[in-house]
Amino acid sequence: MNQDELKKLTISTASELLASKKLSSVELTQATLDVIEQQEPVINAFITVTKEIALARAKQVDELRAKNERLSILAGIPYSLKDVYNVKGVQTTGGAKILEGYISPYDATVEVLMKKSNAVLLGKTNCDSFGFGTTGEHSGFGPTKNPINIEYVPGGSSSGSGASLVYGGGVFSIGEDTGGSIRCPASFCGLAGLKTTYGRVSRYGAAPYASSYDTMGPMARNVKDVAIVLEHLAGQDARDATTGTAEVLPYSTLLDKSIKGMKIGMPKEYFGEGLDPEVRASMEHAADVFRSLGAEVIEISLPYTEYAVAAYYVIGTSETSSNLARLDGIRYGIEGEGDTWMQKIKDVRGKGFNDEAKRRIMVGTYALSAGYADQYYKKAQQVRQLLKKDFVRAFTEVDVIMTPTMPVLPPKIGENESDPLKLWLMDAFTVSVNPVGVPGLSVPTGFAKNGLPIGMQLIAPHFREDIILNVGYQFEQEVK
Amino acid sequence: MVYELIIGLEIHIHAKTKSKMFCRCDAKYFSAPPNSHVCPVCLGLPGALPVPNKKAIEQCIKLSLALGCNINKFSKFDRKNYFYPDLPKGYQISQYDLPFGYEGNVEIESTAGTKSIRITRVHMEEDTGKSIHSGAKTMLDFNKSGVPLVEVVTEPDFREIKDVTFFAKRLRQTVKYIGVSDADMEKGQMRFEVNMSLRKVGEAALPKYKVEVKNIGSISVLEKVIAYELKRQSELLDKGETPVQETRGLRDLTGVTHSQRIKEESNDYRYFPEPDIPPITFTDEQIFANRETMCELPTDKKARYMKNCGLDSALAETLIATKGRAEWFEQAIEGVTDNKVVSQIAKWFVGDVIAFMNANKVKLAQLKLSHEMLRELVELLNLGKISSTIAKQILPEMLETGKKASVIVKEKGLEVVNDEGAINEIVKKVIAANPKVLEDMKKNPAAYKFLIGQVMKEMQGKANPQVVDKAILEALQEK
Repeated sequence: MNQDELKKLTISTASELLASKKLSSVELTQATLDVIEQQEPVINAFITVTKEIALARAKQVDELRAKNERLSILAGIPYSLKDVYNVKGVQTTGGAKILEGYISPYDATVEVLMKKSNAVLLGKTNCDSFGFGTTGEHSGFGPTKNPINIEYVPGGSSSGSGASLVYGGGVFSIGEDTGGSIRCPASFCGLAGLKTTYGRVSRYGAAPYASSYDTMGPMARNVKDVAIVLEHLAGQDARDATTGTAEVLPYSTLLDKSIKGMKIGMPKEYFGEGLDPEVRASMEHAADVFRSLGAEVIEISLPYTEYAVAAYYVIGTSETSSNLARLDGIRYGIEGEGDTWMQKIKDVRGKGFNDEAKRRIMVGTYALSAGYADQYYKKAQQVRQLLKKDFVRAFTEVDVIMTPTMPVLPPKIGENESDPLKLWLMDAFTVSVNPVGVPGLSVPTGFAKNGLPIGMQLIAPHFREDIILNVGYQFEQEVK
Repeated sequence: MVYELIIGLEIHIHAKTKSKMFCRCDAKYFSAPPNSHVCPVCLGLPGALPVPNKKAIEQCIKLSLALGCNINKFSKFDRKNYFYPDLPKGYQISQYDLPFGYEGNVEIESTAGTKSIRITRVHMEEDTGKSIHSGAKTMLDFNKSGVPLVEVVTEPDFREIKDVTFFAKRLRQTVKYIGVSDADMEKGQMRFEVNMSLRKVGEAALPKYKVEVKNIGSISVLEKVIAYELKRQSELLDKGETPVQETRGLRDLTGVTHSQRIKEESNDYRYFPEPDIPPITFTDEQIFANRETMCELPTDKKARYMKNCGLDSALAETLIATKGRAEWFEQAIEGVTDNKVVSQIAKWFVGDVIAFMNANKVKLAQLKLSHEMLRELVELLNLGKISSTIAKQILPEMLETGKKASVIVKEKGLEVVNDEGAINEIVKKVIAANPKVLEDMKKNPAAYKFLIGQVMKEMQGKANPQVVDKAILEALQEK
């Protein structure tokens, strides 16, 4: 299979080829590994390529298939994991230097589930360290480039997941989304990417950014593939007390339903100043497509939107400051130098964290400090409740909320280097979804004049991934 | 100057559970090889998540109820953030503003009668790992990391050392009774922290300073620490100085404390709700069920023994020392309606039986003496079939062999002699040997009682003491 074919390969197609034995998993895996080897020097989508694991699993699946064993639809299909997921015996860095060389002794639940499905792990993808970034430029292992145009960023923080799928380095990837980290690279790379409901997929074994926001979800070439992978990931986990009991639906079989009569709300706060005109035009076009499919598109209001970014960052950095405290260089990761423990820990954290991580640790520590917690952390939690109310109320009016995924087109690499706040604001449309906990799906809506993709974000109530997957799929089929 | 003690306690108790607080590791780490009871969760590896141990929470609720606390029906865990090498996550999962139990009350027996000690809170947290210092090196053992701890905090209500001792012992007893912990001090399962200051007698306001002494591993050291601090702080106050607000530590078991950390430098723990664990709610039914299934507490047992059985405080206290002991006693008095008999059984049990057990290192479960056997012994005594001397004499054999009193008495011919003829003969002999008795009786009419002992001795304790008493008086009257 050549790169052009690999670039377009979907789970449905691949699984048919494998099942009919027209293609072996070893052949598919080897072809994919060859493309990765060829592309990586430029794109830098992977931190670790697990070539041996991939070929061993592929071989095992081929053997099982030869024995006519009943296999999962994902069996033999190459995928990648954002490098936040622990995989036993494999380096897990979260994109951060401080964890370089840390070989995890255990598997994340996501990986346990993938292994059980006999999917083939290609490797661990690059990301902004600890998920701190919207562009993929802030990894301790170098920036990832967008294969559509290597002068541009692929979006972040699951940058390698997005970029690798663009160049054919796998059929799907599992990203992690704390404020847009799946949806943003999906949008910038022209992919479908799902931020699941908080508690839908186990977080166990995923190095955390902000514990109350972090969600695990698939990125793939189309909505159907996303739905298929979700079926394999969703569910309660005894190792994650925050996973929910809501029923796991057969998402991929619910895509064909007509969306006629469905109400889709476009929040006016997301279509104000600062929205790129090409993005706006693409959203208007998408709204027309929905109308043509029989859906009703109306304007709604999410009045607390303007406070979302501030509240998001106060809570997110607070949790981060605590989550990253365990990185003291004592038990794992790079070692610190110095005569005392305090000197060692200062050294290790000084050299192991990048500026963005230090910035967030400082902001979060401040927000939680005695005398400030009331006006920052607690106030932000109050805003979070109001944001939730905004969404709950909106969902009494509409079935789905539709917004642009990103307010801007993908920037060039290095474009926002000197302005961290601008990067924080780029997340404006994705971040409010995480404190609320609802699911959000990014679906490509078209291309800008420069050839870079644009995506829309579809948001549904808690645990209703089925609705946005259905709407996204219907849209995708219509514009295909 | 004489000062009054102002003391509050914080007690950490290892809750008895199979697994640790937030992971599935075996909680029984004592004497296990270092770092053999660890997993990604209790080692604080990236991505590992805590899942609270239901049993541990139940234990905390139980102890809260036993200490008369209210239960927060909506509760949560919080993160207490600080850096330390043996704290693997850089924070400890604890409870901040919504502890499981709050505002309790414990009655203790003090000099002036019963005294109330207010319980501020009872909360749940995880233990840290252990730093082992060896020369310039420090080694870390994470076996203890994540072991469930229940922390009890009292108000500063203690005014006397012995009140602290009484409370500490009663608390230890209580947790063992209700099965919350083995409270084995040698294994570090119960540790004390004292918050202490002094004020002039008669002053009402709390002093402006407070000295904290952490990590006290036994009740006797706890007493020594307070005595030492009382002296140290008194001397400072006498000189017109205010003791420094600080944390002090111990280097040995003498009770001598050393300055460790000045309070002003204390950490800002930046508490916030643990996002990895959803809030925990309890229904009235759940709380009620915990209350209903709880065994009778030592304090209640003691009060019942005193009120219903007419036992004195000291005897009752000895009987309730352990739950097993109290249970043994309760089975021994089953069906006994006469409080005099209950009291006799209690005394024989507490005196001779427990003394035998202590001397021979015999546990209750290994005891060959059955409840029925002790009851029978007392019954034979009360029926006048054996004398107390004989009872005392045969009890060790009963304990050693498990033979019934009636059997031993029969085998050895130890029945009480009621034969007045035989008794009179010995009485005469004894009076003849002790001519001074009549003289002595003029000063003390009971002086003749001495002769009873002599007669009993002559008759190897087998004579019926009442018959002997009568015979002596009659014989003396004849003189």
